[in-house]
Amino acid sequence: MNVAETARFACQGVTANKPRSALTTLGVLIGVAAVIILVAVGTGSSRSVSEQISKLGSNTLTVQASSTAAGGRGGPGGGFAPFAGPASSSSGSTTSQTATKTRTPQITLSDARAIATSKQAPDVLGVAPVVNASSVTATYDGASHSVGTTTGTTPAYLLIDNSSVHYGSAFTDADYTEHRRVVLVGQTVAQDLVGDDVEELVGRTISLNGISFRVDGILTSKGSTGPQDQDDRVVAPLTAVQDTLSGYGALSTISIKATSADTVTLAEGEVESILDARHQVTSTDRDYSVSSASSILSAATSSNRTFTVLLGAVAAISLLVGGIGVMNIMLVTVTERTREIGIKKALGAGRGDIVGQFLTEAVLLSLFGGVVGVVVGLVGSRFTIVGVQPTVAPYSVGLAFGVAILIGLFFGLYPANRAASLRPIDALRYE
Amino acid sequence: MSTAHPVISMHAITKVYGTGDTEVRALDGVDLAVEGGEHVAIMGASGSGKSTLMNIIGCLDVGTSGRYLLDGIDVRRVAESRLALVRNRKIGFVFQSFNLVARTSALRNVELPLAYAGVPRGERRERAIEALTRVGLADRLEHQPSELSGGQQQRVALARAIVTRPALLLADEPTGALDSHSTADVLALFDELAAEGRTILVITHESDVAEHAQRIVRMADGRIVSDAQSVQVPA
Repeated sequence: MNVAETARFACQGVTANKPRSALTTLGVLIGVAAVIILVAVGTGSSRSVSEQISKLGSNTLTVQASSTAAGGRGGPGGGFAPFAGPASSSSGSTTSQTATKTRTPQITLSDARAIATSKQAPDVLGVAPVVNASSVTATYDGASHSVGTTTGTTPAYLLIDNSSVHYGSAFTDADYTEHRRVVLVGQTVAQDLVGDDVEELVGRTISLNGISFRVDGILTSKGSTGPQDQDDRVVAPLTAVQDTLSGYGALSTISIKATSADTVTLAEGEVESILDARHQVTSTDRDYSVSSASSILSAATSSNRTFTVLLGAVAAISLLVGGIGVMNIMLVTVTERTREIGIKKALGAGRGDIVGQFLTEAVLLSLFGGVVGVVVGLVGSRFTIVGVQPTVAPYSVGLAFGVAILIGLFFGLYPANRAASLRPIDALRYE
Repeated sequence: MSTAHPVISMHAITKVYGTGDTEVRALDGVDLAVEGGEHVAIMGASGSGKSTLMNIIGCLDVGTSGRYLLDGIDVRRVAESRLALVRNRKIGFVFQSFNLVARTSALRNVELPLAYAGVPRGERRERAIEALTRVGLADRLEHQPSELSGGQQQRVALARAIVTRPALLLADEPTGALDSHSTADVLALFDELAAEGRTILVITHESDVAEHAQRIVRMADGRIVSDAQSVQVPA
């Protein structure tokens, strides 16, 4: 009995009860489609995160105070240093180096200034100190908006952050030194306050937590791919933010731009040696961390991989359930066709012929489910799912399809063997 | 068809079901020899052991003890897995309930044993058409069993039984499910096949069916009680 003959018998078996075969393949179909779509969602979301991070600029560095003491407990980026109170008795700078050992880890304006003015940092293009104020509410003419990120910084920040002003103009060095209460508003904030005609806001005065700021400009939209809206922010001079919103204390971060993407590593080393000298620490007990876009990217990538594997695992379970469905139907089929099996055995069908026929039927069911599942998966991946544009990973298509076939083989084996081991005399008597 | 040795040679065949108190001796020492070209009927009431005998002759079952040579092959020495091959090569079955494969055309039903025997497609088709023509169903090749009458279905089964040119044509109550008209058709076919020199063994409880055979073997309680040439030898 050749392959074509076996396949023909199997086809007859599968088409004999069409609704049942269709429902069985549905299980496999859903499993395969789920694997493809969910892995595509995972891949798509990690791609969008990568894109976002690369938008930060591949040549920017961020210096953060790190809560890890000597020995390095915890991971990098362990959080911001608590703000020292505005009435701090010390000068607020690190010039009093005698207190190093007991000092709360923090980075200061003097650190930023030191990096900016140092001759030992030829690969650093720009430096901007950053203070973030939390829970700021912007109000204007009755409308209010809770601002996602409130940044106090210097005019150089816009260049380092790859940001630009769309309407109006950026604040100036004079605004900074004279503590002028001016602000640049992100698209999301502006839209919430005045509606779609955001330009109207330029020159008006809004209030941030009750303190009046004049809107100098509207920032160009950075888009909001992924979970975080990058346009939900306001940017103001560091001096004004410290005066009114954050208090005088440590910086949240220092943003640094290297001269080019190729010199990021060099710049990182230079920044570290300047800060190590100032903080009197070595690479083993640093109280700050320098992260680049690429280091954030690798952290994000690994967390995204976990996410993708998890999604894939859930889908794989549904594929497995589909396989059990195939086995169930094949067992029913064997029982139903006991007589047919008996006839065929009486006519000389060997064990291999019967196993071949039922195994082929099982594989046909899962193969059909696999093919349609791949189509559904590919079509489904074209739609945006929970804000993520899925990216089909070719390996997931191959994997899902291959596993579907294997499932047919594996789960078909038991029913096929059962059919083949029926004794012809019993099978013929079966009614 | 072999002439060197008998097609069936049975000696002291027994078949015992169960053990101890529940022991049933379905066959209790059966000796039977059938030569090539004979047309034999095995008769007996239900429970006489004729069905068990037929299963053993058909290699669907194996006796508890005794020796059975089918066309010179000692069936007990053949492994279970190879019995299918023996059935395929040596025996053509005709069952009371036709036992055609449903949803499968007459032609493909007849091709089936040839497919298991590994006969190439072209030759298979040719031989199947020839066999169906032989039973007068050349115009029903593509009909499915459900589209055929009982008599026609049994003729398809007959075509399927003879298509492999078996040593033995084994029929179990071949007319049991047929009306008198179809019965006459099928019996006429058996007569023709017997006249062609085929070895035919029919199991039946109807004497008018048995009368078509040259030799009638009667069974009771698992034994052969008479074995005689039929009074009316068909022309």
